[in-house]
Amino acid sequence: MSDNSSNDAYWKANVRIILISLVIWALVSFGFGILLRPMLAGISVGGSDLGFWFAQQGSILVFLALIFNYAWQMNKLDIAHGVDEE
Amino acid sequence: MSQFAINLLFVGASFALYIGIAIWARAGSTSEFYAAGRGVHPVTNGMATAADWMSAASFISMAGLIAFTGYDNSSFLMGWTGGYVLLALLLAPYLRKFGKFTVSEFIGDRFYSPTARIVAVVCLIVASTTYVIGQMTGVGVAFGRFLEVSNTAGLLIGACVVFAYAVFGGMKGVTYTQVAQYCVLITAYTIPAVFISLQLTGTPIPALGLFGDHVASGEPLLAKLDAVVTELGFKEYTAHHADTLNMVLFTLSLMIGTAGLPHVIMRFFTVPKVSDARWSAGWTLVFIALLYLTAPAVGAMARLNISELMWPNGGISGEAVTTEQIANDPEYDWMATWQKTGLLDWEDKNGDGKIQFYNDKNEDLQAMAAEKGWEGNELTKFNRDILVLANPEIANLPSWVIGLVAAGGLAAALSTAAGLLLAISSAVSHDLIKGAINPSISEKNELLSARIAMGVAIAVATWLGLNPPGFAAQTVALAFGLAAASIFPALMMGIFSTKINNTGAVAGMLAGLTVTLVYIFLHKGWLFIPGTNSFTDADPLLGTIKSTSFGAIGAAVNFAVAYLVAGMTKETPAEIKALVESVRVPRGAGAAQDH
Repeated sequence: MSDNSSNDAYWKANVRIILISLVIWALVSFGFGILLRPMLAGISVGGSDLGFWFAQQGSILVFLALIFNYAWQMNKLDIAHGVDEE
Repeated sequence: MSQFAINLLFVGASFALYIGIAIWARAGSTSEFYAAGRGVHPVTNGMATAADWMSAASFISMAGLIAFTGYDNSSFLMGWTGGYVLLALLLAPYLRKFGKFTVSEFIGDRFYSPTARIVAVVCLIVASTTYVIGQMTGVGVAFGRFLEVSNTAGLLIGACVVFAYAVFGGMKGVTYTQVAQYCVLITAYTIPAVFISLQLTGTPIPALGLFGDHVASGEPLLAKLDAVVTELGFKEYTAHHADTLNMVLFTLSLMIGTAGLPHVIMRFFTVPKVSDARWSAGWTLVFIALLYLTAPAVGAMARLNISELMWPNGGISGEAVTTEQIANDPEYDWMATWQKTGLLDWEDKNGDGKIQFYNDKNEDLQAMAAEKGWEGNELTKFNRDILVLANPEIANLPSWVIGLVAAGGLAAALSTAAGLLLAISSAVSHDLIKGAINPSISEKNELLSARIAMGVAIAVATWLGLNPPGFAAQTVALAFGLAAASIFPALMMGIFSTKINNTGAVAGMLAGLTVTLVYIFLHKGWLFIPGTNSFTDADPLLGTIKSTSFGAIGAAVNFAVAYLVAGMTKETPAEIKALVESVRVPRGAGAAQDH
């Protein structure tokens, strides 16, 4: 086990990545997909608009990217803080 | 070979495969029964979790709900995938590090309280049972169709099959069977969608076809669809009509609920390492996304096909389909077969030998109808849950595709029902009986009580499933609301806050569960018994918030009550704070310990 101050820094870095990811998560679904859709109405995508695309497909693709990015970043962070599993 | 024989062949062959795998990987010990000895690779686990997760609601019901509502039902797509982000970032790695077998065990240990554990078990049983009711609705539709019996008979037959199947093996049998089920269900969902996408848009990838051009008219598919449905008096497909607040809350409830459903969370206990739990959530979503990116295309294309089949002579300005065509033309055979299930019906109200399908509540159409002598919409019943299963028949695809879809729909319903029953049975036998009532129970009796709990759960779900509170996906959405309001906040606070103590967590869970359950029962009837409701979702108690969207509010109540009560009661002991600290770092995550 590494010392507590290192664990605190690790946890803070983790929470930071989580918060950034959740902002993007909310932006593409609740934002682009629902609330901000009227603002995106001018950008047409195959017979409808960008908001419709985000609601039906785009948000899912962004969710995927967020999860893989998180796993990748956290695995790096685990090693950097010496808390990875041997 | 008749269609009936082909369906039977496909369903029979897929069942033989699952049962074969279940026997081959039969659970021997209790730890294998619950968590497959933690030897499952993240990709394998992801595939199994995807099968576990995608139920009759995703496979059978969701595209139908999107087809008939359009954009407004995008909530299902975003909600049921967005929850994985919460699961991957906020729960999965920490629960894996904690290293116990069930969700209630974590809650019991983290909140150092057997009461918290029992309350968690109750929340879990309520949410999971509601979920199984939705599955039984889907199973009823699928069995009703392919055995060509009524919906009720289909439901009863399905219940027996699910029971026999779930009792067979524990998690290990289920894990490998679910991999097979995933393969069957994704093939069954994709193949007809590819055929239909090629017919309509010339693109073999349905997700691209949805935003592509309609071959017959040269217009974009979605523009064509908007034109066709508005001509029939329905709301524009791609436009936003729903109440925005309700749509946001509904989407959020589905997301939080996804991350609070015990049978999904349990899957992340079965990977070898914490880092694998993170990857595993990603892989699960990859396999889910394959279906979820196709589903909106299936919905839109089916809606277009149905509209054109009902108005085969140049839309509403031409002549409607004749009853003679429906009776004799092979293109319309699906209507007769689905009529037998009682889920599709039509009536030539004005006796003109034609079936006019239009929105008879639309005033413009009423004027047109009066002129032409129509007496209301004559496609009188079209249950949303039949759309996906009927889709290959509607598009006139080869009979083997229809058989494949029947097998896929059953795979989806069975795999989820089995996973849920496993979660319910482990909650009862492991957490309730072994954890609280009789800690010295023998391993053999623990397994026996697990199986009895499964039997009781399925009997209750079948009985309630005879009068389901909605279409499969809507009933399932209620289950998500319950999970969102009870389990998710407790888990999240348990990991991200050291302040929440035993009384806070218990009070929060009870408040969240109660307020959500009461809100649902007020709108859907007490215990879902028809006629006992005081409000309807068309005119809900609180503004525009429907009972399916209340989970997010229940979750907020849970968080607020927990913080308030924890602030007023004794602080969390130091050793629990240390436990939380240790859960937060991956190092030292060994194999799980049983007590």
